[in-house]
Amino acid sequence: MDTLAQLVILTLAAGTPLVYAALGELVTEKAGVLNLGVEGMMLVGAVVAFMVAAKTGSPWAGVVAGTIGGAATSLVFGAIALSLMANQVATGLALSLFGVGLSAFIGLDYVSVVIDGIKAVEIPGLSTIPVVGPILFGHNPLVYLSLALFAAVQWFLYRTRAGLVLRAVGESPQSAHAIGYPVVRIRYLAVMFGGACSGLAGAYLSVALTPLWVEGMTAGRGWIALALVVFATWKPWRVLIGAYLFGGVTLASFQAQALGVAIPAQYLSMLPYAATIVVLAIISRDVVTIRLNAPASLGKPFHSGT
Amino acid sequence: MTLAHAPASDARAPRLALAGITKIYPSVVANEDVDLDVAPGEIHAVLGENGAGKSTLMKIIYGVTKPNAGTIRWEGREVTIANPARARKLGIGMVFQHFSLFETLTVAENIALALDRERAGGDLATRIADVSTHYGLPLDPGRHVHSMSVGERQRVEIVRCLLQDPRLLIMDEPTSVLTPQAVARLFETLRRLCDEGCSILYISHKLDEIRALCHRATVLRAGRVTGTCDPRLESSASLARMMIGGDLPHPQQREAKTGEPRLVIDGLSLDADDPFGTTLHDIRLTVRAGEIVGIAGVSGNGQKELMAALSGERTVERAGAVRLMDADAGRLDAEERRALGLAFVPEERLGRGAVPEMTLAENALLTAHRQGLVRHGFVAQARVREYAADTIRDYRVKAGGVDAAARSLSGGNLQKFIVGREIRQHPKVLIAAQPTWGVDVGAAAQIRQALIDLSNAGVAVLVVSEELDELFEICDRLAVIAQGRLSEANDTAATDAEEVGLLMSGSFIAAGAHSEREFSPAGAIGS
Repeated sequence: MDTLAQLVILTLAAGTPLVYAALGELVTEKAGVLNLGVEGMMLVGAVVAFMVAAKTGSPWAGVVAGTIGGAATSLVFGAIALSLMANQVATGLALSLFGVGLSAFIGLDYVSVVIDGIKAVEIPGLSTIPVVGPILFGHNPLVYLSLALFAAVQWFLYRTRAGLVLRAVGESPQSAHAIGYPVVRIRYLAVMFGGACSGLAGAYLSVALTPLWVEGMTAGRGWIALALVVFATWKPWRVLIGAYLFGGVTLASFQAQALGVAIPAQYLSMLPYAATIVVLAIISRDVVTIRLNAPASLGKPFHSGT
Repeated sequence: MTLAHAPASDARAPRLALAGITKIYPSVVANEDVDLDVAPGEIHAVLGENGAGKSTLMKIIYGVTKPNAGTIRWEGREVTIANPARARKLGIGMVFQHFSLFETLTVAENIALALDRERAGGDLATRIADVSTHYGLPLDPGRHVHSMSVGERQRVEIVRCLLQDPRLLIMDEPTSVLTPQAVARLFETLRRLCDEGCSILYISHKLDEIRALCHRATVLRAGRVTGTCDPRLESSASLARMMIGGDLPHPQQREAKTGEPRLVIDGLSLDADDPFGTTLHDIRLTVRAGEIVGIAGVSGNGQKELMAALSGERTVERAGAVRLMDADAGRLDAEERRALGLAFVPEERLGRGAVPEMTLAENALLTAHRQGLVRHGFVAQARVREYAADTIRDYRVKAGGVDAAARSLSGGNLQKFIVGREIRQHPKVLIAAQPTWGVDVGAAAQIRQALIDLSNAGVAVLVVSEELDELFEICDRLAVIAQGRLSEANDTAATDAEEVGLLMSGSFIAAGAHSEREFSPAGAIGS
């Protein structure tokens, strides 16, 4: 495998957890709900996926379990923020802290367990084509799944009636309610989709990217995913670019460390986060784009009233 | 005047018949024993002051709220309207006073959202085009709603209703946002609709409009029907008597004695700070001591930006663009301008005019602290309470005392309090934005009288309002704002509603400037 192909593969691999988590959060926010619990949901997804993979021996069962785990965690948020109409910011922050603690607790016995992770599948005839083969066909199956998810989210939001209703709910829940749409139910579904995606992102980390469980292994990726959604001005394709930018810089900082560049390691590990935020902040300065794409009711509880 | 319960001369069954509708809220009886029937093809007015129960009645018909008692019959059958979806299924459409559109979506998307699945599909764009040409309501289905004027948005609401093939269309105060010319066009559309057999319930407090348009009127006062009549046979005075139970209050005569310029706006230009806002271009206006100058215009044409620039909420680069009492005030903030003698009544009562959670005494302190209410940096509580109590007494504010929270007052009473608070500071210049918006007739008359008294006392008064009648009643001179530009101020006596209406549609703006758009919908959704 040549260097270029390896660079592409590693960049996409490092960016994929952000693609999952940020796309999920994007859909949640498009419905007007701000769930800051992404980090916590990712960790729950990661630990559940790892545990199930270790018990059953099937990493794919782990992925499914992790996805369900993320969605279940998001239901806690839904019950408090949507049904009880608590402050979404506080609830989301609490969910993150809860997820960190819960995952550490239930994952205690799995810290040094070794499992067989999901690996890239060799496709006879295609993967062996020089240069193009590995770039197109050498990725982990979960990377392909994330690209499919991107296409599905883009299509759903802008090409389907259900997506239109979701955006309408995020823009003005009062108007949507007056027309007769079930605002709270739609928001629950959006929150659960976001939770499932976060769980999947965590599962990818613990059973595909680095098949092991370490406490707090998401390392702040949940927070970066939240920032990505905002800086991507709620556009799926910009989320994708931001995620791979993060992946690319992560890779570069590893390389720099390996080559012994005279920069303290702390700065190098800071680099992907800083670079992603700086670049996205610069490309998303257009106020009009923000106003047109930001869900107007983001973070505001909805009371149907009578 | 025929009184209520007179048998309808029309032999056909009424399309909608309400009998004994009563709706009781915890603190107020909104509707009491209301009877109302609407014949097919009839334009039926529901007339009443703010708070008379018109909106509650419409919400009941549209299924938004449920009545405590009474029956609704639709085309002869008794029905229960549990929600708006049910109302639409029956054939009832409603155009809301405060639009229920989604700003970031296109016209077609907005319309599709309100239609059921079968109607929303396929050739929707063609059907939108058909309906809009047929009824003279031009619309571009692909345009984003945020880039449209208020009048255009109303068209979207109406077309959206019409695509549901309604047999009863409810219009809630539809003309409050339109120029007189646009009102005439709307009336043509409504007449064509009723010729085709659609019934229309027309809610308004504007007597002239009802007399010009409607076949029948039901008058509400304090939740009860006070009469049913043919408005074409009534005078505005007789309708007003049914509506408010007395004669319309008329303000005292003006004593026109103007003095030196107090507020001079000299070539004020200001970029919008919001992509949906309006940029101000070279605004020029002088307000002298002892005169009331009015600014008319359809909302969203720069009023908000102009008020921010005059009050000091936004400062301008060139200090001389706004002069107060001969001092360059463009770069002064709101507090510094108030120190020069400016008082300001903003359009939004809650949030700008008053802090909703604070008591009236605390709200008085916020702008009147220069009236000896603060000493050596400490709040003089007794004086604050006295100031608030005097304001409540002098301006006949109905409130539970100085400790009542601002949000607990009705719109009209809070507005009286805010106007009183400002006037009692003995300002040299008073600027009032929409001073009587949503205020009942009695309170509105009182506020107008207070403004007239103030100018008689030698204060320069600037009033921004969408109510042309109000401006004609109290102003000495009248200017019009359109697309961020201000027309010349003309003597009120030398102009009329039609001329002002033309100005409101931007007729005074040079052709070159006219086509300029503040904002183009770039980065369109779905691209």
